[in-house]
Amino acid sequence: MVENRPLLTFISHLVLILGVVIVALPIWITFVAATHDAVRMTQAPIPLLPGAHFWQNFKDTLFGSGLSSSAGAPVWRMLLNSLVMALLIASGKIVISLLSAFAIVYFKFPFRMGFFWMIFITLMLPVEVRILPTFEVVANLGMLNSYWGLSVPLIASATATFMFRQVFLTIPDEMLESARIDGAGPMRFFWDILIPLSRTNIAALFVILFIFGWNQYLWPLLITTDSDMTTIVMSIKEMLEVAEQSPQWHIVMMTALLAMIPPVFVVIGMQKLFVQGLTETDK
Amino acid sequence: MASITLKDLVKAYGDTEVLHHIDGQIADGEFVVIVGPSGCGKSTLLRMIAGLETVTGGDIQIADQVVNDLEPADRDIAMVFQNYALYPHMTVRENMAYGLKIRRISKAEINRRVEEAADILEIRPYLERKPRQLSGGQRQRVAMGRAIVRDPQVFLFDEPLSNLDAKLRVQMRLEIRKLQQKLGVTSIYVTHDQVEAMTLGDRLMVLNGGYVEQFGTPIELYDRPQSMFVGGFIGSPAMNFLPADADGATITLANGTTLAGEVRAGAVTMGIRPEHLIRSEAGPVRLKVQMMEQLGANTLLHGVLEGTQTEMVASLPGHVTAELGAVLSFEAAAETLHFFAPDTQKRIE
Repeated sequence: MVENRPLLTFISHLVLILGVVIVALPIWITFVAATHDAVRMTQAPIPLLPGAHFWQNFKDTLFGSGLSSSAGAPVWRMLLNSLVMALLIASGKIVISLLSAFAIVYFKFPFRMGFFWMIFITLMLPVEVRILPTFEVVANLGMLNSYWGLSVPLIASATATFMFRQVFLTIPDEMLESARIDGAGPMRFFWDILIPLSRTNIAALFVILFIFGWNQYLWPLLITTDSDMTTIVMSIKEMLEVAEQSPQWHIVMMTALLAMIPPVFVVIGMQKLFVQGLTETDK
Repeated sequence: MASITLKDLVKAYGDTEVLHHIDGQIADGEFVVIVGPSGCGKSTLLRMIAGLETVTGGDIQIADQVVNDLEPADRDIAMVFQNYALYPHMTVRENMAYGLKIRRISKAEINRRVEEAADILEIRPYLERKPRQLSGGQRQRVAMGRAIVRDPQVFLFDEPLSNLDAKLRVQMRLEIRKLQQKLGVTSIYVTHDQVEAMTLGDRLMVLNGGYVEQFGTPIELYDRPQSMFVGGFIGSPAMNFLPADADGATITLANGTTLAGEVRAGAVTMGIRPEHLIRSEAGPVRLKVQMMEQLGANTLLHGVLEGTQTEMVASLPGHVTAELGAVLSFEAAAETLHFFAPDTQKRIE
């Protein structure tokens, strides 16, 4: 539908610009707060234009111990922890679900659909629901305060398994038959044919799962007691809870800003594959 | 090179038997076409020979070796699929080389074979392209190339031309035939198109409902169909079947006209091909015209046998005009008449 009505154009732009402002304003305030010193941030009203302390705050936050009064890890360490956790969760989920979807779609074994539905039912059991038993298991395995403890319990994924199952079902049977005639065994077929054909779907899922992992809050909070293992998302909350002081907004906001950067890079970097993966139907 | 033997071959899914005791001998270098309507089991039979379907009963032998339990890759066959089944993420060269790579053949040898096959099929300029950048005909050639580089004992084709347009289909048909004659590889080709079957095959196996109706050369099938099904399936337009009564020397049609013909006495079904009907003022076969099709080279007259509801078609050379509702008379040479038993539908000699 191509129409040329000035009023309509005006209104649709107005709505879109309003939307952008609503989304962007908090981020702008975060940025502005990260460029002032501690004194300015305690005065009202809060500033709306950037100040001159950006690099100072940046250095203090990233390489200092963050808050002047706490003994927490430096922010670069928390960023690293979050990054490792998010990468382990995203790649672990993808590997496990690719393999389980492969088994469910391409192999005939007893109770195949039973297993599929069992995996599917775990959709109803997110971490929050099974948090106590999961904690018990992780603690007994001695995985508290470790990257494995942070990531392994979150790796099993019914959503991703289901998605790869749908992707594999769209790949014509002839592809498998032709590979069999070519002499490819099951794992060879998996590596040479299935993985390349699901490349865009893997990328799309990676973006979603990376952000899912990055934003984990409750689970890291529960199993990390060592400040060297804290993740960035949980630390922002902790920074606000300082006793007998007003929060150091300039540092907190700089941390928040830094916490946004890796997911943004992942989204921008994989945008093209992401869109292809969600829209492509042609195999 | 290899001969193929099918011995008492049975395929069943659960309790449903879909192929019933198929026997057949395919000689080394022979081109056999399996033809039949949709659902007759022809693809299943081919896929059993390929090893993609299990064998329920009987034996498949390739080069005197029973291959029932061998994996497709170990049967030394190559297959061309209906939708080509090219790997979309690989270039044409990689597609053709994939099977060889798995067999751990040296790079130099793979390149030599791929380029040789590409030259035969004239797809050398496209070697570095992906399948989606190729037209249907080119993809078809790549699929054939993938089969050729393997240098197999048997080629299997599963309706490889059905996705092409009519003109390309005729062209590729000739090329497949030429290629097979040049390479001399035993080939089995499945199609539902009887013209394709007639032009390609040294011999045709006509399948219907999981039974072999007849297995012979195209001309045998056309001249001496062993059943009403084969008579109706081979040849276009299809053979006319007229119920009749015979007394040993004359045949009486349903509308009372008679013609000479020696066949056992009793009720018979007389088969006569549309192109064997010859205009003749006093001819015994009287057709009431209901519809005409002008094809240029010949004219098809559709209608019924006068005085009955039995539908029939006549094919006359050149342009013929007849008024709708007019009654035209035909005769037919005795050797072009076929007789079938009305109950078993088998040929009566």
